[in-house]
Amino acid sequence: MTALNFAIPGGIGAILAGLMFALLKGDRKSAVDMVVHVFLAVVMAIFIAFLAAKAIENPGGFTEILVGGLLSGVLYSLVALGFVLIFKASGVFNYAQGAMVLVAGLALVRSLDFLTAKGVATIAAVPLAILFSGAVMALCAFVIEKWVLRPLLNQDGLTLFMSTIGATFVLEGLAQMIFGSGVYPLKLFPTDPMILLENVFPGGILVNKLDVWGGVIAGVLVATLAAFFQYTKTGRALRAVADDHAAAQSVGIPISWIWFIVWLVAGIVALVAATVWGTKLGVQFSITFLALKALPVLIIGGFTSVPGAIAGGLIVGAGEKLAELYLGEIIGGGIEYWFAYVLALAVLLVRPQGLFGEKIIERI
Amino acid sequence: MRKLLGTAVLVGLGLATAAPVLAQGEQFIPVLSYRTGAYAVNGVPFANGTLDYLALLNERDGGINGVKISWEECETGYATDKGVECYERLKGKGATGAAYVSPLSTGITFALTEKAPGDKIPLLTLGYGRSESRNGAVFPWNFIAMGSYWTGADVAIQHVAKEMGGFDKLKGKKISLVYHDSPYGKEPIPALEAFAKKYGYTFKGIPVTHPGVEQKSQWLSIRQDRPDYVLLWGWGVMNGTSIKEAAAVAYPRDKMIGIWWSGAEPDVTPAGDGAIGYKALMLQHGPGQFGVHAEIKKNVIDKGKGHGKEDFGQVLYNRGLINSFIGTEAIRTAQAKFGKKPLSGEDVRWGFENLNITEARIKEAGFEGMMKPLKLSCTDHQGADLARVQQWDGKEWKVISDWYTADRAVLDALVAEQSAKYAAEKKITPVDCSKAG
Repeated sequence: MTALNFAIPGGIGAILAGLMFALLKGDRKSAVDMVVHVFLAVVMAIFIAFLAAKAIENPGGFTEILVGGLLSGVLYSLVALGFVLIFKASGVFNYAQGAMVLVAGLALVRSLDFLTAKGVATIAAVPLAILFSGAVMALCAFVIEKWVLRPLLNQDGLTLFMSTIGATFVLEGLAQMIFGSGVYPLKLFPTDPMILLENVFPGGILVNKLDVWGGVIAGVLVATLAAFFQYTKTGRALRAVADDHAAAQSVGIPISWIWFIVWLVAGIVALVAATVWGTKLGVQFSITFLALKALPVLIIGGFTSVPGAIAGGLIVGAGEKLAELYLGEIIGGGIEYWFAYVLALAVLLVRPQGLFGEKIIERI
Repeated sequence: MRKLLGTAVLVGLGLATAAPVLAQGEQFIPVLSYRTGAYAVNGVPFANGTLDYLALLNERDGGINGVKISWEECETGYATDKGVECYERLKGKGATGAAYVSPLSTGITFALTEKAPGDKIPLLTLGYGRSESRNGAVFPWNFIAMGSYWTGADVAIQHVAKEMGGFDKLKGKKISLVYHDSPYGKEPIPALEAFAKKYGYTFKGIPVTHPGVEQKSQWLSIRQDRPDYVLLWGWGVMNGTSIKEAAAVAYPRDKMIGIWWSGAEPDVTPAGDGAIGYKALMLQHGPGQFGVHAEIKKNVIDKGKGHGKEDFGQVLYNRGLINSFIGTEAIRTAQAKFGKKPLSGEDVRWGFENLNITEARIKEAGFEGMMKPLKLSCTDHQGADLARVQQWDGKEWKVISDWYTADRAVLDALVAEQSAKYAAEKKITPVDCSKAG
């Protein structure tokens, strides 16, 4: 590395540290907060400066990892969106979202396999399988609302959260019992690599077509959900229920119906996530681990924000990939999994509600 | 009334789903397995093979020399804590306690290695576990039969050298190891580093965290580094994801060699055509149906008592068969000394240490074509150093190499060094094998 490679990132780091401190300063409440904020600002600035140095050293390689990480992050966001929907509308942290992705994926791939084995043309089999898996998710929503949530109406969030842990085990077990516990390949989107910017970087940068599809799907999904929440009567009712179950009920909002709708929408989001992740990994039990990937995304983006889920996904995706490649070689690899949680912890210390979440003020 | 009915249904369900084959006066064998979770795709066929061979002995021969076998399956989920819990729950069952335990996890093996000597229960770790446990003087209760990860590392490097045109061609080359970030995945590293010193290649280890569903950064780094070969030490979803990611970054699949735990059908089928050309080591055997399969079909499956279905004859199903074959042969060997009755773990340990599975016995048991003779002793708890290489052609595994024998000149020194280190750390006085009976 030349002196320039150090000087430029060093300068960037100093400027960033100053800016971050200035941004965080307004929020500080005590001397301890201030120390924490200064510490985080300096660490972040050093990390970004370090990455800048790496980018100068090998711009092509850095861009490739950055783009790959951002696109991976969008795929995490697809799972995180399901969490956000349910939390936003019912105040429940739905631990079962990963299991719902598994159920949707298994229903889709197994029905698709069944139909194609019966000689149904792919063009007809795919929509039929999607309809079937949509119906399975509607059944899940109905059962969860009737036998899990309705008996717990007006209970506190922790009780409802615990009930979703129970639902997770039931869904995972039933799905594998009914549809099987193997690995079922799914190919709904192209998975070929493509090389971009060959004129700019030697060898170009490699991007997978599936990741690009994931980005497009996430964009469409977010736009649809935003419109649903903002412009439909049901969407507004969902937001009212999220604020206060009892108050919403007192003004005539049918809670049971609203909860069914929100779990159904989360089920459809899980189905969309399953189509992309199933194509990437094959539909199998491990898909439920995506819930663990979505958790830091939610903490960073905020549990109540749809755009936050996307932004959180991008930060986690890019952050963990860059950290794995560049920090991994210094402190030992395999840091990808916990690095996302370190990022989430840093955000928790500064903005507990997440970057885009609503600040909740409660009367004690 | 509703409560009563509910309780009755729950009790009925419990009885229906957890009915172990267990009776007093029988030889008890615990079966630690994983049929759920991230590693079920690999755990299920192995468990099915394990159980079907035990069932065959009971159905066809009335057990081992007339001593019926009983067993109970316990779900570990490939998690060390659950594996230890299963071991503790099952170790004392049956007339004489557990005959032996096969943990099917290097992590669980590491934990049980500490417990087995106290409980006097042998651990059969077929092609996995602590590589230095070959030294029976330090590890009298571990039996790493047929091969260790160091054997695998050696054979992989031999095959790479052969493809490159000789060991001298390894100098200056780059070999990377993509490994499951666990005791299992880390196990070959000392051997690969030792070979790197000997042959002059550059070694790089690339860890993948459990369960291995996200490997983009690892494979983009491989795209940038362009190693000459990539060795794969994965398990469960990690294997299929590695092959898919290799395809995604256009890394040639025929420059990838997996260990024998990364070379079964569930590892390649999710990647579809992307897996064509991928190679993996064979723990002697591959897929296919042999004499023992015909016996199982006739005596177990056709009677509706079998477990194997679409996995019947697949790589991991066959490994489950071999695992039970070796374990029950150790019991048979021990019966020759201690009598035809249920034996304790201590008796069976003697059986393992004096195990001699000959060509004739392999043929008689229907395993001809699946394994070579195996002879264990007090000093050598591994008994074989053989492996071959297979390649996936998109439909099936094809054997592409002759038999390789691992280079014991390097590996024995590693075994001696690491086992001495373990003995010193645990304050173990090695057994005097010259006095072993």
